[in-house]
Amino acid sequence: MTLQSATGPEFSQKIRAPDQPLLRVSGLTKRYGARIGCADVCFDLFPGEVLGIVGESGSGKSTLLSCLAGHLAPDAGEVIFATAEGPRDTLQMTEPDRRRLSRTDWAFVHQNPRDGLRMGVSAGGNVGERLMAVGARHYGAIRDKATDWLGRVEIAADRIDDRPSAFSGGMQQRLQIARNLVTAPRLVFMDEPTGGLDVSVQARLLDLLRGLVRDLGLSVIIVTHDLAVVRLLADRLMVMKGGRVVEQGLTDQVLDDPQHAYTQLLVSSVLQV
Amino acid sequence: MPDEYNFAYLDEQTKRMIRRAILKGVAVPGYQVPFASREMPMPYGWGTGGVQVTAACLVPADVLKVIDQGADDTTNAVSIRKFFQRTAGVAVTEATGEASVIQTRHRIPEQALREDQILVYQVPIPEPLRFLEPRETETRKMHALEEYGLMHVKLYEDIARHGQIATSYAYPVKVEGRYVMDPSPIPKFDNPKLSDCAALQLFGAGREQRIYALPPYTKVVSLDFEDHPFTPSKADHDCDLCGASDSYLDEVITDDQGGRMFVCSDTDFCRCRREAGHVGRLGGEA
Ligand SMILES: [Zn+2]
Repeated sequence: MTLQSATGPEFSQKIRAPDQPLLRVSGLTKRYGARIGCADVCFDLFPGEVLGIVGESGSGKSTLLSCLAGHLAPDAGEVIFATAEGPRDTLQMTEPDRRRLSRTDWAFVHQNPRDGLRMGVSAGGNVGERLMAVGARHYGAIRDKATDWLGRVEIAADRIDDRPSAFSGGMQQRLQIARNLVTAPRLVFMDEPTGGLDVSVQARLLDLLRGLVRDLGLSVIIVTHDLAVVRLLADRLMVMKGGRVVEQGLTDQVLDDPQHAYTQLLVSSVLQV
Repeated sequence: MPDEYNFAYLDEQTKRMIRRAILKGVAVPGYQVPFASREMPMPYGWGTGGVQVTAACLVPADVLKVIDQGADDTTNAVSIRKFFQRTAGVAVTEATGEASVIQTRHRIPEQALREDQILVYQVPIPEPLRFLEPRETETRKMHALEEYGLMHVKLYEDIARHGQIATSYAYPVKVEGRYVMDPSPIPKFDNPKLSDCAALQLFGAGREQRIYALPPYTKVVSLDFEDHPFTPSKADHDCDLCGASDSYLDEVITDDQGGRMFVCSDTDFCRCRREAGHVGRLGGEA
């Protein structure tokens, strides 16, 4: 099983660790009129865990991610995050508190880097923004940290003063990742982070993400339609169809021995590619 | 001629509306108060915001001074001064110390202001965050939630590109530890004068329909980095006419051979010093 070498035993240990969940989601529901965006979604995410949410377009996975990240207001449910002051339902937070959470403990990697970067600001300024947002006021220290993070996402230090518009799509996406991770967020949301990139660029980005996840012990919720992405990154998988979770479990189990007919279809269609 | 207009051109209803905006601005220092800017008989960019604020403040006993880049005799300053002479019949002056209301573009007078004076700024772009965040809905939210990291991104970009904070005009400030404010395009040399000023300072942006204020003795701090502290720089010269070493200077080309001189941008300040007997390097010839 190639999966063993990809995810490794340390993840299964983390999953079994008796930690409190970082995120506890229950009954999360979003309707668009009569149509269901997502319905009655429940799961726990533990620290250091990567949860993949897969499904076709229209399956509700993006709606779910938006509801989790606070970009969309669900109609029902709870999203309880283990803040430094204890568990709190983020849906009940005031907007200032939720926005503060979004720029400190949380991070969001958009599919299109243009949605997550400031295109008129240099790479260094993009990475430094979250630091300055939480009060960093030493230019030299901000720049050192930005340089370090550019290195971690394999962007040469001498590109620090270039604007993202001068970067390739893959570089822009790596810059967006650096910009998000620089403040060591405790939970990272990713929306199709490899979507829209060439296959070879995707592979490189996936390798990079896998390394970061492993080295930093990131807690991630990643939405994708690409099973190869979750096979490489996710410890656990949630399969969605028509707004509902039809199957969830350890990634290898779900992909190698899918129980639900829809998952079987998904897995087989990817094998045909 | 004057009887064709209401006092100071604007009707009383409009002046009341503007005064309400001013009072709100005074109550929340540095906060941009929206107001329904009126058409004025001069184009935007000619200080229509400042003119409306001045019109709402003036009373018949006022003595008005109007300066543009420190000078009382530019076209802009002269036309605004004439406008209020005609529509309000108020006395005018070029002497900072004699004025009760001073409308200004791009400078704060060198002479310290008093509690019985009002300084009215003409503001082209009131939103300091506009440069990096064009969405008005978002900048309003950022002010409301004190999310000002972006302001330092702007200064960061400055240092990254120029090796230092190159912003020398409209240098952003934080007011009473709360609102970040654009002080209008005054040179950063003037920024320290914003703070703890005895006079009431009012800011009017006509096209953008915003009024904001600094009540007397408000604490105003220029944003900076620990390792790139704010410096209120000026040309490293003394005034060639009056010898002042502590005033903001304009560089003036004097002939075709590249001859140049440095003179106080505040013409009233320079004249007063010369009248008091101070002489600069070229003071005898001028
Ligand atoms: Zn002088």
